[in-house]
Amino acid sequence: MGILDYANPTRVMRFSRVVKPWVAGLGAVVLAIGLYMAFFTAPADYQQGETIRIMYLHVPMAWLGMFAYALMALSAFGTLVFKHPMADVSAKAMAPIGATFTAICLITGSLWGKPMWNTWWVWDARLTSVLILFLVYLGIIALWQAIEEPIKAGKVTAIITLIGAINLPIIKFSVDWWYTLHQPASVFRLDGPTIYPAMLYPLLICAVGFSLIFFWLHLMAMDNELKRRRVRALQMRAARRAAPESTALPAGQTA
Amino acid sequence: MAQPFRSLIARDVRLAIRVGGGALVGTLFFLAVIGTVPFGIGPDLNLLSRIGPAIMWIAALLATLIGLERLFQSDKDDGALDLLRLTDAPVSVFVIAKVIAHWLGASLPLVIATPLLSLLLALEPRAILALTATLAVGTPALSFLGAVGAALAVTLRRGALLMAVIILPFSIPVLIFGVAATRAAIVEPDPFWPPFALLVATSLIYAVVGTLGAAATIKINDG
Repeated sequence: MGILDYANPTRVMRFSRVVKPWVAGLGAVVLAIGLYMAFFTAPADYQQGETIRIMYLHVPMAWLGMFAYALMALSAFGTLVFKHPMADVSAKAMAPIGATFTAICLITGSLWGKPMWNTWWVWDARLTSVLILFLVYLGIIALWQAIEEPIKAGKVTAIITLIGAINLPIIKFSVDWWYTLHQPASVFRLDGPTIYPAMLYPLLICAVGFSLIFFWLHLMAMDNELKRRRVRALQMRAARRAAPESTALPAGQTA
Repeated sequence: MAQPFRSLIARDVRLAIRVGGGALVGTLFFLAVIGTVPFGIGPDLNLLSRIGPAIMWIAALLATLIGLERLFQSDKDDGALDLLRLTDAPVSVFVIAKVIAHWLGASLPLVIATPLLSLLLALEPRAILALTATLAVGTPALSFLGAVGAALAVTLRRGALLMAVIILPFSIPVLIFGVAATRAAIVEPDPFWPPFALLVATSLIYAVVGTLGAAATIKINDG
């Protein structure tokens, strides 16, 4: 099965109907294990105490917020270069999910920052660049809402999405390039993770669990988007049938 | 290709500086914002000289974005955009030409007016020099970014506010490096050249990205 076989919406919906319960079930189990370990077996930090447990939510959300944008940029590339019909469905479904994950990352980070840094927010490089990511997500969602015709909306949004992808390496390397309050990378490092294994494993398990939940949400959102488009097509057909002699173009289309 | 490129720049500059072109309105807007801020925060000259560069940068950002909104729209309305599309030149070439013309007509007067307006905000000579230099190399980045927004405005019809919402987050790096370089000139120990070099780099990146983005957005309208 090549990627082009999934240009057919019916086939995509059939595939997602089969896969969805497995992804959701597996995600729930993995996440339950991960959260149990995070709250009960993982040790408290010798400096940060119990607040370290925010990490098990905060870090996966940050990874997934950026991962969602990377996937969205990949979809945008698929829309512009290959004109793959599912690419813009995937990109549109991704935007609100990515925005939510980024928002949770910002909120948990803020809650973690208050006891640790004694402030809810600082304007340093890492925090600001993630905030920009969130704003770009919101702009992209607004852009999807602003153009009624799905194909055109997909192309316009794809261009903006690709421009916004410049932000991703800036977020990733902001802690290395600038002096910031946020700690530098401690899991994905060339010389191996610097984080204590009893904390690393729960973190990775939580990350896998949240990723599965993320894919489940994405599949559901893609399903909804396909159904929404089908409804739109049926409505337009009904409108055309109601006024057959009219030469006016259907709503949402321009000459 | 150089001849049509030059004539398009000449045409746009001429349109901008003649009656109804409104080239200097951007500079007036710049002056109006700078004139309004002291009423908002009080006429404390020490405070103004400290935050002056930031005020000037934000005013320049707003003036550029608001002024650019109709960069392609008027050509779309009178059909010039379609005629340009019929020539052999790639879309990106006339996007660059139009942005350069707009920068010459709208941003260059703003940069020239900066030293004068800086006196109103009680800036030191060093700060005035740094601010003028950063605005001169930083405003092209804003113009190229705004070109993407202007191309979007052609697509969206009534999207002026949406355009600002989408474009403003991308302008943050320009503001950060621009203000950082200027502040370095005021607060002695901070180095001036690293943020300045990054500002130049940002301008160059946005010149490429903005041109390609605006050209691609205009092409979408072909259907």
